[in-house]
Amino acid sequence: MTSTPLVVLENVNKHFGDLHVLRDIDMTVNSGEVVVVIGPSGSGKSTLCRTINRLETVDSGTISLDGQPLPAEGRGLAKLRSDVGMVFQSFNLFAHKTVLQNVTLGPMKVLKQTKAQAEARGMELLDRVQIGNQANKYPAQLSGGQQQRVAIARALAMNPKVLLFDEPTSALDPEMVQEVLDVMTDLANEGMTMVVVTHEMGFARRAANRVVFMADGQIVEENTPDEFFTTPRSERAKDFLSKILTH
Amino acid sequence: MEAFLSNIDRVVDGFSWTVRLTLLSAFFSFILGILLTAMRVSPVPLLRGLSTAYIEGIRSTPLTLVLLFCGLGLNSALGVSLADSVALDVFWWAVIGLSAYTSCFVSETLRSGINTIPLGQVEAARSLGLTFTQNLRLIVVPQALRTVVGPLGSVLIALTKNTTVASVAGLGVQEASREMKLMFDQGIAPVLPTFVGFAIGFLILTLPMGYFFGWLSKRVAVVR
Repeated sequence: MTSTPLVVLENVNKHFGDLHVLRDIDMTVNSGEVVVVIGPSGSGKSTLCRTINRLETVDSGTISLDGQPLPAEGRGLAKLRSDVGMVFQSFNLFAHKTVLQNVTLGPMKVLKQTKAQAEARGMELLDRVQIGNQANKYPAQLSGGQQQRVAIARALAMNPKVLLFDEPTSALDPEMVQEVLDVMTDLANEGMTMVVVTHEMGFARRAANRVVFMADGQIVEENTPDEFFTTPRSERAKDFLSKILTH
Repeated sequence: MEAFLSNIDRVVDGFSWTVRLTLLSAFFSFILGILLTAMRVSPVPLLRGLSTAYIEGIRSTPLTLVLLFCGLGLNSALGVSLADSVALDVFWWAVIGLSAYTSCFVSETLRSGINTIPLGQVEAARSLGLTFTQNLRLIVVPQALRTVVGPLGSVLIALTKNTTVASVAGLGVQEASREMKLMFDQGIAPVLPTFVGFAIGFLILTLPMGYFFGWLSKRVAVVR
């Protein structure tokens, strides 16, 4: 595995009013690496994920992608975002567009691909997440698991440098979690750089190169999945793991 | 009723002007309304301020005053002319006044539609790298429009009836209610049947609008 730093967060702080949601965050995600961020609710892990493509602004500190600091706004920011794929907890497929249109919109409007190019690539990606036969349906006609797989295809269509997953399975019915995790595991195995906020410990063990454990807006512990799950060092991590692994 | 029916050509002519006023004003107020809404939700404070000031200012002014300002103020006092014949001149001023006024309601309706769009739709568009205007044009406005088709129908119906103000508010524009008043003044039409006749005329215009927009809003509704 290469170890070129792709996403670098340095001394990042953020407040929501009085609440200090991110405290002095330093984190590096290398090219090809899969980083899983876990932690209790309200620990700031979703916020951390969202700062990487500036859906959340930060109060201080720097975030850079591929050596370039994030632009504050405007076309520069839009360009940067096109390199960072994002998969949301609530799918957020465009409700007025078909599945295929959801996947081709970004490539056509941002990457300026022709319709034919975008549709060919879009169908390829939809087939890959096994949803090609639903290409002309609207999002509301699909199950949650199917919608989330379309959302992954939509993000992949932009050929992103890194994919962010913000609790991608938390809004799914239990029987649909696996189909989404399978797609994510495949991507991880193919060397896609990923930052995944999740409660799926099985996925973290199986697919992560590194686990980042957050609590109260801080990164408390970082380690390989094996080390983290078998011998957590911090009390917070031990406490957290005992609560989720015993039921 | 016979006296009314024998003048039916005048009635139809009056309503034809009502329709022209309505369609042109609807077109311009729709365009201006979208522009005002785009400014209202833009990240630029100056544009937001201008749009808010315009909407709050015009929306709070009675239509009669807006049209009087166009007719007596701009047209007569300042002598700004839009067409060679007086009839067309006042007609266009009425279109401008009605559009200026109605665009506020179009914009507020659109804005309420925008507020129904889940933030996630906008965030997803941002995360793909769409710019602010692309986001508005491709994601926000198309969905907002679909949710407000019904309310926009109400705005159009209100506009249709508001065209009657154009004849009394200093402009003397040719339209249905003016024709009615002329028929009274000339003593050629009995009052009650004529009233009822013209009221039915407006009903014939607006009822189908209501049903059409109701049908359309169901047809284009965004299922979430």
